[in-house]
Amino acid sequence: MIDDAWLESALAAARPQAMGALLRYFRDLDAAEEAFQEACLRALQRWPQEGPPRSPAAWLIQVGRNAELDQVRRRARNRELPSEELLSNLEDAEAALAVGLAASHYRDDILRLLFICCHPDLPATQQIAVALRIVCGLSVEQIARAFLVSESAMEQRITRAKRRVASADVPFETPGAPERAERLAAVAAMIYLIFNEGYSANSGEAPLRAPFCDEAIRLARLLLRLFQDEPEIMGLLALFLLQHARAAARLDAEGGIVLLEDQDRSLWNAQLIAEGLALIDKAVRHRRRGPYQVQAAIAALHAQAARPEDTDWVQIDLLYAALETLQPSPVVTLNRAVAVSKVRGPAAALEMIEPLAPRLGHYFHFFGVKGALLLQLGRKEEARVAFDQAIALANTAAEAAHIRMHLDRLIQESAARGDAEDSRQITHGRESC
Amino acid sequence: MLYAIICYGAEAKVRSLDRKADDALMEKLGKVHEKLVHAKKLGPHFRLMTTGTAKTVRAGEPQVFDGPFAETKEALLGLYLVDCPSLDDALATARELEVERIRAGVGGTLEVRPLLSYFEGTAL
Repeated sequence: MIDDAWLESALAAARPQAMGALLRYFRDLDAAEEAFQEACLRALQRWPQEGPPRSPAAWLIQVGRNAELDQVRRRARNRELPSEELLSNLEDAEAALAVGLAASHYRDDILRLLFICCHPDLPATQQIAVALRIVCGLSVEQIARAFLVSESAMEQRITRAKRRVASADVPFETPGAPERAERLAAVAAMIYLIFNEGYSANSGEAPLRAPFCDEAIRLARLLLRLFQDEPEIMGLLALFLLQHARAAARLDAEGGIVLLEDQDRSLWNAQLIAEGLALIDKAVRHRRRGPYQVQAAIAALHAQAARPEDTDWVQIDLLYAALETLQPSPVVTLNRAVAVSKVRGPAAALEMIEPLAPRLGHYFHFFGVKGALLLQLGRKEEARVAFDQAIALANTAAEAAHIRMHLDRLIQESAARGDAEDSRQITHGRESC
Repeated sequence: MLYAIICYGAEAKVRSLDRKADDALMEKLGKVHEKLVHAKKLGPHFRLMTTGTAKTVRAGEPQVFDGPFAETKEALLGLYLVDCPSLDDALATARELEVERIRAGVGGTLEVRPLLSYFEGTAL
């Protein structure tokens, strides 16, 4: 009755909880990982014969703990191995353990495990790599390929990162409310990074990084199950679902970027959108606004527009204004300028981005947006200069190709002396695809 | 007699299926549904969004809660309305529906409960 797919998904589902509990027992990431691996091996041998346990996580914790203790004893050479029978009589222990787990440690175990991965000493890419490896159980090879580095380099990177967090002081006592809130915020930010790493992958990386979005969504779901009344976590998950719903429409057959307004909206995933909208609806009722909720609300407005011309740019402008106060950043202002250009025209938008030049002077999208706005104002020569700067700063072939298309059109137009207004936008991130 | 077949399951398990596995499960269930429709047994049936999207209203309390508070408990996932001649038949129907879920590894529980009253409402 048990097939491999079931085993795989059961082990994946139990992983965060089991790893979190084993980490609490051993207070050491390597020992916890070793214990979990061993428990999984035994599960693969025994579950198909004996049927699945009532609580896979509890079984894995119990077996993993015993196996690791055996290891420790074996290394100490002071004990015979315990017989298999000791391990196979788990029914009662398991039931008791399952109850205990649900009651007390469950939430904090998982939170601690995630929190350790996003230690502030670790650079973002290491946080992502460690979380994907330890919490999600992705293979080193898979992570290495996604980051375009060799497997040995990634192995080293993860080992170094683990050593770094091992020496850091993460208290194992049950956290108080302020610590819990602090950990939750750090963990949410780390999951956001994982999602963005998958979402912003260019066409070459996209297939390799697609699992990042899935894993981020899985982690956000887990977090929301643990913290059911946190509107920012609802917002975080809503944002992921609404963005991920567009995945099928964001790249064309050649792997080029398809802008939001050019996307075939019938390819958007209606189910994901519906769930994202339900979550953001629910979140705003809490009246505790936060950056994830605002970003999700912006994504929701895009998702609700049946056609590009139905987009409620006035609301989007207001939401970006709110985001500017919550999380001031030149990139947020740049995005807001795109909404402003739709509401109040390109001149107002251009005025808005001029002051950003010193801070965004090395930012591809800044010149892309600037060029597009100048083009709309008919200032073609200046637009060409901005586009040239954008190409010089392009990070990917797709970005460069995209700007080149605009330039080609400019050249064609000046050849044909056509003055047709180009209303296309080149925009950044959230407002582009 | 009308029976409700109420599906409970551990959300984490259902959610740990990736989209392909989920689609495969729904497709297999769809085949069972077709058969039951053909036998004039199956009425309205639906699947719910995750408990994360749920709000709870409690009698006598002005506040609306987030919930259900089912951390490890099984949560309500969806509901079938079937027309069966007997409880035995309704249970057999529930088993038919359950087989595919067990095969997909999401298991869970199906509660069979007779309806006290049934209101057509309108076709949605």
